[in-house]
Amino acid sequence: MRYARIFLMVALSVVLATQAFAAPDESQLERGHRVYQKWCYPCHGPGADKPGTASLAARGQKPPALEDRTDLTPAAIKIFVRHGVLYMPTFRKTEISDADLDAICAYLTRNNKK
Amino acid sequence: MLPPGVSAADFEAALKQFQEAVGKEWVFTSDEDVALYRDAYSPFWGEKDEILVSAAVAPESVEQVQKVVRTANIFKIPIYTISTGKNLGYGGSAPVLSGSVVLDLKRMNRILEVNEKNAYALVEPGVSYFDLYRYIQDKGLKLWIDVPDPGWGSPIGNSLDRGGGYLLAQYRNHFDSHCGMEVVLANGEILRTGMGAMAGAHTWQEYKTGFGPWIDGIFSQSNFGVVTKMGFWLMPEPDAYLSGTVFVPRFQDLIPLVETLNYLENTRATNGMPDLGSPLLGIPMISELARNLTQAPPAPAPELAALLAKSVAGESPELQEYALKNSISYWSCKLSFYGAAKANEANWEYAKEKFSAIPGAKFVQNESYKLPLTPEQREQVHKPQFGIPSLAMFSIGARSATNPEPTNGHMWFSPIIPRTGEAVFEANRVFAEAAKEFGLPALSFSLPSCYWERAFIYIFAFPITHDVETNKKNRAAFKRLVERAAEHGWGEYRTAPAFQDTIMGTYAYNDHALLRFHEVLKDAVDPNGILSAGRYGIWPKHLRGTKA
Amino acid sequence: MRLPPGVNAKDFSDALKLFSEAVGKDWVFTSDEDVNLYRDAYSPFWHEDEDPVPSAAVAPINVEQVQQVVRIANTHKIPIWTISTGKNLGYGGAAPRLSGCMVLDLKRMDQVLEVNEKNAYALVEPGVSYFDLYRYIQGKGLKVWIDTPDPGWGSPIGNSLDRGGGYTPFRDHFDAHCGMEVVLANGEIVRTGMGALPTSKTWQQYRYGFGPYIDGMFSQSNFGVVTKMGFWLLPQPEGYRSGTVSVAKHDDLVPLVDTLSYLMNSSIVQGTTTVGSPLLMSMARSSGMGGAALLTTPKSPSIAELEKIGQEKNLPYWNCELHFYGPSKVVDAQWEYAKERYSAIPAVTFQEGQSLRFPLSADQIEHVPKRQFGIPNLTVFGMMGRTEGHMWFSPIIPMSGEAVFEAQRVFGQAYADMGVPPAETTFVFPSSFFPRSFVVLCGFPIAHDVEKNRKNRQIFKRLVEVAAQHGWGEYRTHTAFMDTVANVYSYNDHALLHFHETVKDAVDPNGILSPGRCGIWPKHMREAKA
Repeated sequence: MRYARIFLMVALSVVLATQAFAAPDESQLERGHRVYQKWCYPCHGPGADKPGTASLAARGQKPPALEDRTDLTPAAIKIFVRHGVLYMPTFRKTEISDADLDAICAYLTRNNKK
Repeated sequence: MLPPGVSAADFEAALKQFQEAVGKEWVFTSDEDVALYRDAYSPFWGEKDEILVSAAVAPESVEQVQKVVRTANIFKIPIYTISTGKNLGYGGSAPVLSGSVVLDLKRMNRILEVNEKNAYALVEPGVSYFDLYRYIQDKGLKLWIDVPDPGWGSPIGNSLDRGGGYLLAQYRNHFDSHCGMEVVLANGEILRTGMGAMAGAHTWQEYKTGFGPWIDGIFSQSNFGVVTKMGFWLMPEPDAYLSGTVFVPRFQDLIPLVETLNYLENTRATNGMPDLGSPLLGIPMISELARNLTQAPPAPAPELAALLAKSVAGESPELQEYALKNSISYWSCKLSFYGAAKANEANWEYAKEKFSAIPGAKFVQNESYKLPLTPEQREQVHKPQFGIPSLAMFSIGARSATNPEPTNGHMWFSPIIPRTGEAVFEANRVFAEAAKEFGLPALSFSLPSCYWERAFIYIFAFPITHDVETNKKNRAAFKRLVERAAEHGWGEYRTAPAFQDTIMGTYAYNDHALLRFHEVLKDAVDPNGILSAGRYGIWPKHLRGTKA
Repeated sequence: MRLPPGVNAKDFSDALKLFSEAVGKDWVFTSDEDVNLYRDAYSPFWHEDEDPVPSAAVAPINVEQVQQVVRIANTHKIPIWTISTGKNLGYGGAAPRLSGCMVLDLKRMDQVLEVNEKNAYALVEPGVSYFDLYRYIQGKGLKVWIDTPDPGWGSPIGNSLDRGGGYTPFRDHFDAHCGMEVVLANGEIVRTGMGALPTSKTWQQYRYGFGPYIDGMFSQSNFGVVTKMGFWLLPQPEGYRSGTVSVAKHDDLVPLVDTLSYLMNSSIVQGTTTVGSPLLMSMARSSGMGGAALLTTPKSPSIAELEKIGQEKNLPYWNCELHFYGPSKVVDAQWEYAKERYSAIPAVTFQEGQSLRFPLSADQIEHVPKRQFGIPNLTVFGMMGRTEGHMWFSPIIPMSGEAVFEAQRVFGQAYADMGVPPAETTFVFPSSFFPRSFVVLCGFPIAHDVEKNRKNRQIFKRLVEVAAQHGWGEYRTHTAFMDTVANVYSYNDHALLHFHETVKDAVDPNGILSPGRCGIWPKHMREAKA
């Protein structure tokens, strides 16, 4: 019994270590939402005072707020985050790690039609 | 790619030691990863001179920083430090010397202390204004931070590059509001400045200058050490806020307007950041800028538009006549007051009294708030004026109804001019002529900002494009503007790496004595020249002279 | 003739000849009579061999002469000690740290170069005194104030470089400066901030210029000779008022100071405020015990007893005077607001102070505390009692009631441990010369008695150590204690001092400028001491 418990603890700690910034028991969607709130929301949240949203609206994109979209793909999201576009700069891995980025993608594609 | 002057073998050995110091996953060498450190707003986009990065290292603690710096010193690897690397418009996260290894301090993101009673904070470089704001909100502390526009940068990084904000003068001067630093020197040693040099000091964040020479300033806009901690004085949450705007009718009224403003500001009768605008010329105040792009301001009447087009350096007799006839004010100045509600009101009354010496001056009292703001009020205000970080300022360059063809970024040309109306008129004449001469788009009349007490600062945006020819042309024009400004006694306060040598070259009193002094210091404190080579024109010995 | 350390008679004689050519024979002083004028009038080494005596003094009149003097000194390796007006009494006066240095006396460089009323700044030379600048401004009828320390015969440049303070909103003198000109050890001139731009129009308007901000390096140090400095001035405000807040209980000091801190950090209260205790002062006088001893001997009254006495005699335990500068209606509103904030303290009482409008009449000037209005004076000398002088022990403590309690307890105990007679102990009453912290100014008497002075020096050094053990450092000190004080700033094995030495060796390789100032010795002297 004892050894099983230790094995479980070791296994858990390995899992946690690879998701270095995951809060315990946080699902990927929750992580994605958390990271999105920190890094993306100030420009891409709803409202005309959010430059990213306003910019997409001016280009006729509907809906302009990213969280409301159902047609984003992980590949496209990653290109924007890692290459930027116009005024949007690139984000480093010390800001948004690869694991964080996967989580954001999961979050932003959560409502995509299958 | 290899850092300049470093052999492949040395670089490999150094990278291995970096990995041992910070962990393999935090040393970035792949093309894909180092590309993330390019300047997102590079004025050399796609050119061979664009600054590239050979690797990036992201430590998590001061001890790791020391190890990285020691390794760099042994192998003579040029490293370039960034805090949060969000210095967009002034170089972003990229080094000055192409091929440098970026020392990315973003992971050092602890807020070490926020003391409510004595109103200060002690932070690490990776902490952003957003982080500090959230921390204070979460703990319900009655403290305000001073934020720049935008708010995702680092209090440490921003103050070391001499950024500014929006609250009371002593807080919006970000470097001035700091108190106490910790620095890792090129030899890997840690030093603490001010009272921090006393082990167990109780006043590191309460008394700036300690004992003996006050050296903090040498670590700003320079490359003499890696700053790993800084203290900042914060503003106690005021009781109330009030703003009022004064309007004056004539072109020449700008002169007495500024004189009166200076008197009020220097005696602290108005303690917020003054905000200048021109209803007639269509120049919005800073607090109106973001709003203007979501609701475009009405276009001027055709007659006015025609008069504006024909005016020279912002004036003409016909334009003045039109303004008077139609009761459109020439200049506006919004004043902000923070403090006890009755004192704010009394100060505003006093300000009106003083401005009334200008014939035809009119006044409008704007919003007043009891503080703290309600959540609804927070969404309505120009957030930085209430210590709330925001990214709304990006609206200026982004696509919008009034800006259908946005660019890929911007770089700032930011000369300091004297705090007088006469200087504003002169600067406009000079810069308008220069724009014509240098083949730039026609420059309409501009007003400076009051981020700094006692001086005016102009901040002109140059567009960044992904077109090599356009960028080349803009860079050349930028340099000529720098020289033209210097001829008139106006110097820049900050700039992107692309222009640091050019601008430092204008600070040439006594045959560049100041730069030579910087070089003497550099050679003494960083003999191998590994720290942020070239930053603000300070090159290590072995690279000096090769950068003519 | 006294020789500078490490200089032989021939070299010195040659150098003196060259100095005479540079500044004129009349302005090179070598006779005993003349050189004695450069000893510290308040020396804690009176009659002792250790009393620093210069070898000579040289008084240039302009920057070009300063450059020549410095070049000659550099070539002949003559250590020079720069003074502006040389009135740094209490911290070393006009004398060098090291006997035998030649004094570089800048008093003759006394030009007020510019006072700009509209943009409220001044540009001055080192020999200008606060009195000079004040008279210049009054003479031209300019509506700007200077900030003056007590006393007012010192130099804005010299005082700010030693980081002195005053009383009005611009009381942090170094902080109020904008732009410097410096002659380096090799004789070169550097202008800092916007002054480095040759045509600059904003040298006294924007502090930082471009690149590293180096000004601070020239304060409390020996990296260059400062020959010009700009200062921001306060435009004459419309009015002023003061008010005193008094509290009854010992523990009330905590909210008293917390509220003061809030008001100062919000720029509502401006100027220097000193926290005092009418109760303790009265007790000290009537008991014949000095301040610190009153609280720390076995026979000391308890807090409860003191509070009872205070209540009976209607003496507040603590009070502080608040100063407000601005339009009359505003300062009245600010005082009302301050009272509102202070009303949270039970039994707090307020005394309305003075209300004034500016400019003051000549009669008013004679009756107000001049330093509160930027009017230089020498009044403080009347308060010193019958001594031969004083020297200041000046630690910085946090701006909190708790820190004041701790400081009183710690220093009181230290005096007791050292057997200092109770009547000679001083209270620790803090002042806010600088924002965000308290300075505790303790005056040590100077005697012309060798034993007394020796003992006082020992006590001073012990106090420096005791302060450091409690996390309190001095903000400035007398030349006699510069090494002692520099030594307690020892974080990471004295990393900061080592950094200063690295800089020193780079910018002054021959170590000619003010050796030993603030503990910074040139290489050849460090090696000799080792």
